[in-house]
Amino acid sequence: MSPTPSVVIVDDHAIFRSGVKAELEGRVETLGEAETVEDAVRAITELGPEVVLLDVHMPGGGGVQVIEQVSKLRPQQRFLALSVSDDPSDVIAIVRAGARGYVTKTITGEELADAVRRVRDGDAVFSPRLAGFVLDAFAGDLPAEEVDPDLDQLTAREREVLRYIARGYLYKEIGLRLSISVKTVEAHVSSVLRKLQLSNRHELSRWAVSRRLVD
Amino acid sequence: MTKPNPGTLGTGTVVLVLGVFLLLQTNGTLELTAGESLGGLGVCVVLALIASSFSRRIALRGAEPEDEELASVALGREAGRISKVGFALGILLGAGLLFAWANGSLEAVGKVALAALVVTIALILISAPFWIAMVRRLGTERVARARSEERSDVAAHLHDSVLQTLALIQKRSDEPEQVARLARRQERELREWLADDRPTRPDERLADALRATAAEIEDSHGTPIEAIVVGDTPLDDRTRALVGAAREALTNAAKFAAAGGPVRLYAEIDHGDARVFIDDRGPGFDPDAIPNDRRGVRESIIGRMNRHGGRAEIRSEPGDGTEVELSIRAGGR
Repeated sequence: MSPTPSVVIVDDHAIFRSGVKAELEGRVETLGEAETVEDAVRAITELGPEVVLLDVHMPGGGGVQVIEQVSKLRPQQRFLALSVSDDPSDVIAIVRAGARGYVTKTITGEELADAVRRVRDGDAVFSPRLAGFVLDAFAGDLPAEEVDPDLDQLTAREREVLRYIARGYLYKEIGLRLSISVKTVEAHVSSVLRKLQLSNRHELSRWAVSRRLVD
Repeated sequence: MTKPNPGTLGTGTVVLVLGVFLLLQTNGTLELTAGESLGGLGVCVVLALIASSFSRRIALRGAEPEDEELASVALGREAGRISKVGFALGILLGAGLLFAWANGSLEAVGKVALAALVVTIALILISAPFWIAMVRRLGTERVARARSEERSDVAAHLHDSVLQTLALIQKRSDEPEQVARLARRQERELREWLADDRPTRPDERLADALRATAAEIEDSHGTPIEAIVVGDTPLDDRTRALVGAAREALTNAAKFAAAGGPVRLYAEIDHGDARVFIDDRGPGFDPDAIPNDRRGVRESIIGRMNRHGGRAEIRSEPGDGTEVELSIRAGGR
């Protein structure tokens, strides 16, 4: 695995693509760009990037479509969602489709490069807002008979880690606070991602269908 | 009946009228000659043809071009339902007539009343599609009007907000801080407006009050504040005190820590218990060295929380940002 991760940028705004490319320059190698679902599927399968940077809203279907189509051809492909939208239904939908993280477009170039590297290495990337959504979605008690403890509940440690992410702490700062290693922090976040993708908690499905934001 | 079928109505009418005529003829009530019967049959066929062509034309005219298919499907379904009702009515009517005739009470009414009845029923059935189409057209017009009103609302909103901000940004393009501030405020307002399926109630709900406070301080100090609130509870004296203390902590952070990137507010509310964290990456300070006359921190944050049975903790070190944790339990436990 090369130390510089490679990406394909999928976004329907050319200005935004060139901005991201410039910010990642020297930290991440941009193999290609695409602005429609169709172009994206072709570019990703041809260029084989380590990570796909993916916009949530696009003409012709959006990021969820790209993930669904690419996953059939490249099941191991890793995606990082990058969006202006902070609508819970968008966030939850794309993460449940298979994105390994969600960051908003106001992220700095350095943070974005760091997020790409994490996703390339198989870790999950949560923005503070996504951490807030997850805490909200997994809040409240479920009737005991409906709970799959493995998927429907967060452990106390996972909650603690998410709380620090929601407060804007970096993984290494969280590790220091909780006296655990960065690797352990990453493991907790990955475990939360798995629950988010697989849990059938009604709040998650409710979110995914309610509230649609215009493109 | 799922396909548009205006002919159904005509057929229904013919069958009904024919049925009534046949009944009356065999009873001898009408006593028509062969020629008269044939004429009646002709009239029925003509009526049926008129009915079916009418209902098709009306079905198409009653609909907006985009809704045409939908309308004719719906109309066909409605017409089908009507002609079924027609059949049922015809059978009931026939049975009634038969009963009345058997009683001998019909003779007084005579041929004229019967003929008038038959013609009236036929007219009602023929004009049914027209009324259906009229109702349908009114519905379509109402939808179109609502749509255009909504479009005007959106245009008015964008004009008052986004266009104004863009104009301001162009005028102040040499003041990057102002531009960032304007853009940020506009972004927040637009997001609120887009997500507006629920009115915010900063005077009643803790979550809305915290978000509104963060937005207000972001605006007045020009420091970005990221507010994330999980859960909610109604405002009362104790949660209002919490908002007051959070406001003070946010103000301090916005004033002294603007250089360290966005100030963050994270609140978690669960069964009435609330914890609020205000974090900044500013220069920090030594909390033990706060002079006693610094009312802001001692009074407005720590004192206020203590008076309401809550707690305030301030962790800071010079060079390492500041972290304020406010917590209060349900019912001041």
